[in-house]
Amino acid sequence: MHIPDGYLSPATCAVLYGAALPFWAVAAKKVGKLMRARMVPLIALFSAFAFALQMFNVPLPGGTTGHAVGGTLLALVLGPWGAVVGLSVVFLLQALFFGDGGITAYGANVFNMAIVLPLVGYGLYRYLITILPGKQVIAAAIASYFAMNLAALLVALELGLQPLLFHAADGTPLYAPYALKLALPAVMVPHLLVAGLVEALVTGMVLAFLLRAKMPLGVMPQPRPLKLRWLWAGLGLVALLTPIGLMASGTAWGEWGAEDLQEMLGFVPQGLERLGSIWRAPIPDYSFPGIGPVAGYIASAIVAVGAFALISFLVLRLSRRKG
Amino acid sequence: MKAEGFWEKTVHHVTEALERALVAEGLASRRGLLQSLDPRAKVLTVLLLMVSVALLHSLPLLVAFAFLPLVLSLLSRISPVFFLKRVGLFIPLFTGLIALPALFTTPGRPLFSLWEGLAITEQGLRAASTLVLRSWDTLSLAVLLVLTTRWDHLLRALRVLMVPRAFVLVLQMTHRYIYIFLRSINAMFLARKSRTVGPRPAGENRRFLASSMATLLARSHHMSQEVYLAMQSRGFRGDVMTMEDFVLRRRDALWAGLAGFLAVAAIIADRLLT
Repeated sequence: MHIPDGYLSPATCAVLYGAALPFWAVAAKKVGKLMRARMVPLIALFSAFAFALQMFNVPLPGGTTGHAVGGTLLALVLGPWGAVVGLSVVFLLQALFFGDGGITAYGANVFNMAIVLPLVGYGLYRYLITILPGKQVIAAAIASYFAMNLAALLVALELGLQPLLFHAADGTPLYAPYALKLALPAVMVPHLLVAGLVEALVTGMVLAFLLRAKMPLGVMPQPRPLKLRWLWAGLGLVALLTPIGLMASGTAWGEWGAEDLQEMLGFVPQGLERLGSIWRAPIPDYSFPGIGPVAGYIASAIVAVGAFALISFLVLRLSRRKG
Repeated sequence: MKAEGFWEKTVHHVTEALERALVAEGLASRRGLLQSLDPRAKVLTVLLLMVSVALLHSLPLLVAFAFLPLVLSLLSRISPVFFLKRVGLFIPLFTGLIALPALFTTPGRPLFSLWEGLAITEQGLRAASTLVLRSWDTLSLAVLLVLTTRWDHLLRALRVLMVPRAFVLVLQMTHRYIYIFLRSINAMFLARKSRTVGPRPAGENRRFLASSMATLLARSHHMSQEVYLAMQSRGFRGDVMTMEDFVLRRRDALWAGLAGFLAVAAIIADRLLT
């Protein structure tokens, strides 16, 4: 999910750095208030933990392995704003140290994985414990699965918007070359099926262990139940932010959009074509008839968020029936 | 892959990370061109060059920019083979693999027809090579910066980018403690592996993973309390003090001027070429 350098246009990078800035400011203020307390070494050590956590390979069904991001887990342990600072630090070290995620794309990576992921994961957890009292582990696992996939959705949108917004006169894409139609399934399918599960598994397992071992953590905040409307407000904000690149550049809708690509779909490798056609059905061209492209993107994002909400609602119903 | 693969994989990952840090530290203390520059000047100029690469559209210029870090690595006494290996490891794995389908999926004039209906288009070739080249250029600049600057210097140099002191402090401490945790993971995995005979059931593996992750988490918390007490006993009262003794010299100004000129010239040339 780490976006490398060269995939996003400078305009998109700038916009996402800008989007991350207010969150950084709030986090710095909240954490700064606690500077005199134990917060500095706490955040530093837990960031080092999150970095190390991403080194663990978790065995998955089918013989493969994956690793977790630990965003929701860190938010549960450090509080959401501590997690924003901690994860931002982790991603900077990764970008400099491992070539994992670019430096120009750092703002984008932070926005997706160090801001949206922990904040949404934490908010959702706070909401879920109200409807699943006493089931912290299940709530944390569901929240982290959802948050991870929302972050992946943002990555897919950011990458998928590039060819529509930034292309040469003859239609050659200048940055990430795949339109939403390809980028969405290519990013989302592995996250829905694999990465999200690893994240949920790790979050749930570690939390279960901590609860069972009654480790004297002390930092684990006891989150107050969250009113549903705040959650929806947060999700709505995320949905509104999705077409931000489109608004910022002011470029018109791409000359070669989904239609041209569809014509060329015969050339797409089979796997991509199959995945592409799965996603073609619900919202053709990611725009709704009769409304502009920006509104279309917002509508698409809302539909996507709604779909996630529906899935988690169903999972909840099932787990409640079991319980 | 075997079910036990995650042991070896994790140990391998961790060891690799530790090794990387050791090698980088060694290279950063050599006496070369980039090592002798002020870290602040280096961070700013490398960022400037990266932004200008991100703005380039002309393929010849992107190719030219691929040679710049190579020349700089030679002048900084870093073996170009080592340098190419480090950059080259990422590019084919990530960017190359991702760019490959773009050859075929981008609509445009067909260049070579491989199959019935499957053709590499001119636009596709251009899109894929732009992506790979731009990634190569920016990554090699970043790798060069990291290889020629000591970590503590690099992190402290971030202060010129208006990064708040608290953030830099957290960054420096995180960086230091990552190695302690990596060593602990290695020790935990090796200890467990050396006591294990034959394959273990998946459930047990998961329990081991969960408990080692949670142990690491608890250890992080415990250590943070000890570190906090140590900081307090040394007089930490919430204000961050660093021993900043960076000095900008004439060669830094010269280098910054040169890099700035290069960045601007490249952007102008790009506008003329495309």
